Amino acid sequence: MLKAEIYITLKRTVSDPQGLTIKHALESLGYKDLTDVRIGKLVIIKLNFKDKKRAEKEINEMCKKLLANPIIEDYHFKIKEQ
Amino acid sequence: MKFGVVVLPGSNCDQDCFYVIKDVLKKPVRYIWHKDTDVDGLNCVILPGGFSYGDYLRTGAIARFSPVMKSIAGFARKGGTVIGICNGFQILLEAGLLPGVMLRNKGLHFLCKYVYIKTENNQTRFTNFYNTGQILRIPVAHNEGNYYIDAAGLKELRDNNQIVFRYCSATGEISDQFNPNGALDNIAGIINKKGNVLGMMPHPERSSERELGSPDGYFVFKSIVEWLENR
Amino acid sequence: MIKQEVYRSLGLSDKEYRNILKILKHKPTNTELAMFSVEWSEHCGYTRSRKWLRLLPKTGKYKTLIGEDSGGIILDGLAIIFKMESHNHPSQVEPKQGAATGVGGIIRDIFTAGARPIALLDSLRFGPLSQAYNKYLFTGVIDGIQFYGNCVGVPTVGGEIYFDKSYTGNCLVNAMCIGIAKKGKLVRARAFGKENSIMYVGSSTGRDGIGGCSILASHEFKEGEEKRPTVQIGDPFTEKCLIEATLEAINTGYVVGIKDMGAAGLTCCTSEMASAGNSGMDIELQAVPRREENMQPWELMMSESQERMLICVKKGKEDQIKKIFLKWDLNASIIGKVTNDELVTIRDNGKIVAQIKAHSLTQPPIYDMPYKKPRYLRELNKLKLNKILKPKDYNKVLLKLLAAPSITNKTWVYEQYDHMVGTNTVILPGSDAAVLRLKGTNKAIAATTDCNSRYCFLNPYRGAQIAVAEAARNLVCSGAHPAAVTDCLNFGNPEKPESFWQFKNCVEGIADACKFFNIAVVSGNVSFYNESPQSVINPTPTIGMIGIINDVNKACSQNFKQEGDVIILLGYCRDELGASEYLKEIYNLMKGNAPQLDLRLEQAVQRTALEAIEKGLVNSAHDCSEGGLAVALAECCISNKDNMIGAIIDNLNYDMRADALLFGESQSRIILSCSKDCVEKIRKIALEFKAPFCVIGKIGGRVLRILKAKEELIYLPLEKLFDEWNGSLKRKIEG
Repeated sequence: MLKAEIYITLKRTVSDPQGLTIKHALESLGYKDLTDVRIGKLVIIKLNFKDKKRAEKEINEMCKKLLANPIIEDYHFKIKEQ
Repeated sequence: MKFGVVVLPGSNCDQDCFYVIKDVLKKPVRYIWHKDTDVDGLNCVILPGGFSYGDYLRTGAIARFSPVMKSIAGFARKGGTVIGICNGFQILLEAGLLPGVMLRNKGLHFLCKYVYIKTENNQTRFTNFYNTGQILRIPVAHNEGNYYIDAAGLKELRDNNQIVFRYCSATGEISDQFNPNGALDNIAGIINKKGNVLGMMPHPERSSERELGSPDGYFVFKSIVEWLENR
Repeated sequence: MIKQEVYRSLGLSDKEYRNILKILKHKPTNTELAMFSVEWSEHCGYTRSRKWLRLLPKTGKYKTLIGEDSGGIILDGLAIIFKMESHNHPSQVEPKQGAATGVGGIIRDIFTAGARPIALLDSLRFGPLSQAYNKYLFTGVIDGIQFYGNCVGVPTVGGEIYFDKSYTGNCLVNAMCIGIAKKGKLVRARAFGKENSIMYVGSSTGRDGIGGCSILASHEFKEGEEKRPTVQIGDPFTEKCLIEATLEAINTGYVVGIKDMGAAGLTCCTSEMASAGNSGMDIELQAVPRREENMQPWELMMSESQERMLICVKKGKEDQIKKIFLKWDLNASIIGKVTNDELVTIRDNGKIVAQIKAHSLTQPPIYDMPYKKPRYLRELNKLKLNKILKPKDYNKVLLKLLAAPSITNKTWVYEQYDHMVGTNTVILPGSDAAVLRLKGTNKAIAATTDCNSRYCFLNPYRGAQIAVAEAARNLVCSGAHPAAVTDCLNFGNPEKPESFWQFKNCVEGIADACKFFNIAVVSGNVSFYNESPQSVINPTPTIGMIGIINDVNKACSQNFKQEGDVIILLGYCRDELGASEYLKEIYNLMKGNAPQLDLRLEQAVQRTALEAIEKGLVNSAHDCSEGGLAVALAECCISNKDNMIGAIIDNLNYDMRADALLFGESQSRIILSCSKDCVEKIRKIALEFKAPFCVIGKIGGRVLRILKAKEELIYLPLEKLFDEWNGSLKRKIEG
């Protein structure tokens, strides 16, 4: 059994209004030493096989096809044994 | 008697609430800027709907830290009348002035439509113009109106008669079929134990004039006026 | 010398480049070249379309206001400002954010004129939902519109959604915004008055949407650096704050001019504001708030970061304006001043990086594009009705049409839009037009968008005229006087003579129809190159039209109201089926010609309906469009879920094919319902305006029945009609 943790974030060059708003909110609560806040998504997928290579290939495909839009988003993932 | 309408960055029903108080009920009203803390001289504070801080992160999460929220908490502690509508209700939950939380609608979509709600408790300063059991036709417009509270909390709400409005059919039937957002027990509006803070998801300010399709929400404001004038 | 490949890839021709050299009298800097390339593009300069756009009438029966970025009409002491704009290409690659930023952009065009946005409409077109990517685009675009519109607090009150295979690969997202202002509070997009300040407000600048210009990066970027995305993330929260701050700022009277930084950002704003004010501008780029490091001057000038605006502020009043924006937690910095040398001067740390005559940027070369009628039309326009088999069961056909994606109930969509915020929406989405009251007056405005692109494909001139006629008819059905138009002209590649012929004919059709109805075209937008390897779009000149209702209490909706009421048909049915939804859905045919249109007949029908509504004689009014008389009647019966009523239509005296009678899309027809004692009064009005008038049946029961002479063509219970019409979209989306 494998577990994939997929992190999807806006590309570095894409503005993240949500992150900016949260940054301002944190600053107004007194946390002044922030350089940046970015918001992303975490997707956890459990696979019912053990072949890591196959998992990598399939997760990559899932990201490209559905989970992320390469126009504005980057993704990376970790695959762990469970 | 004076009403105050809170303006948070991202509030978008503030002007609608202001209009209803000033032009429909013809009562004095002023705006309260979120950076201000002055609620003196006000008898009722309205936390209007909208997307305060864009609803970024979590609805109401950032707004609850606004300077004005501290004053409103103090105002409520002293028994002042507070009504939170839609996003205002969500903020009251985040701020702990009302119990429970809002989850995303069960349909996972923003939902704007007329619904029916049943008045479950008319012994409040917000509902004294309605009969218990009276059915109101009133619009909802929200993404997170799926009210949730744990079993103990729900029992407490029931025991204290804090559930004020519940979603129902045109004839008053309460079931999943007539629950627009999945709210627990079809809850559309609740008050605090003391009875001076109301949160409701439907928009009474959008249904306060016949011209707009339904006058049923008008009596929420009318009840408040009545209570303030005759207490 | 700048390499040919560089200016060519920026979209400039050799001739244009030589022209630029002549204007500048020196080799352009990167910044200058970039500025010319965007200002002389079709997108900003309307270089190919301008010649034909001049045909559109700028005056009409209501007094018009034509601004730089929007236009409108004057109604008593109010200005009603509106515009429609496309955001097709961004939506095709990132539907949610593409649509969202489209909505954001059009709202900014309205409030920068000083008007408070009070309504949005969207005209959307996609390929068939049977394809997964089209479904993704459709749901993504809806999501983007609700995400932005709901948060920013402007109600989305109407629009249209069509599906056609020509939009596979090129979805269309046309967003329209309407705003109102007190007459004296409007501002223009121009800068003038020497020494007045130029102020930048709103979000910080990043390398957003630099798009085509990124070729310049090859000089300055290292290999392998990330390609810049052309789509940005919309920030409706900042926009909401910008609306409030801007209107507050304009209210001070210290704002000389203001403009949204839309396409081509600072370049567009500086050159067009200076040019419109017959002045110059001296800008220091170091003062521009930015969110990325090491941005080059040309990048700052090209960036299309969202939610930013440029303001020309009266000298000495800068602090008052700044204070308002800071109160809303928005950037506001002085980045330059107005000059009277008519030059746009751009400095970086004092050093001039671009200096161009403002007019030379805003007066690009105008091209006369060749056009040619497509050959295929001759064949396509032929339709032999006798070759088309008559269906055996008309009930089945009607049910199928009610479930057709372009006709089916769109509640699933508009319930996701907040269509009530602002408490002005008197007639909610789903009727012929949306109606918004004007608080403080007894009046209301009605708004609609219309275009049947199948008609325009088969006959661009007539199709465009029909779009105007139908928009006006929709407004009339809600009780409004058609008042003014904004157009969003979506076409394929203008360099192809066949595409340009479509464009030219559509513009002529709009111009002639608007002149006939005495309606001005006050604003608009052109979107070319809507083609992909898969397809070229049908020509789609979307008409956004607003109308004035003199008494809000007389606003009318389409659904039948009262058991026992009489049903009247104004206009008449012709034996025609060309270009119909019926041929498309039942026979998979896009053939024949667009329906005939007689503008005088159209006007007679509209005047009759409007006068009857204004006199309070009418209980419902609905126009016949896609799906013809049968679909229109069904909609009258079932479109108010809480009060569905049946009808019997037993007086259709036409000697023609039953399918043409039921489903033909003859123009200039309106279905009215009224109480018995109003019939003669309406007949009199019809007589006066010379409009064909016929009592065709009456309201009642739980069934829709349509008879031709003695033959019963349609017999369908309301529940059955409703199920087909109501559920089909949701079923297609959610499976």
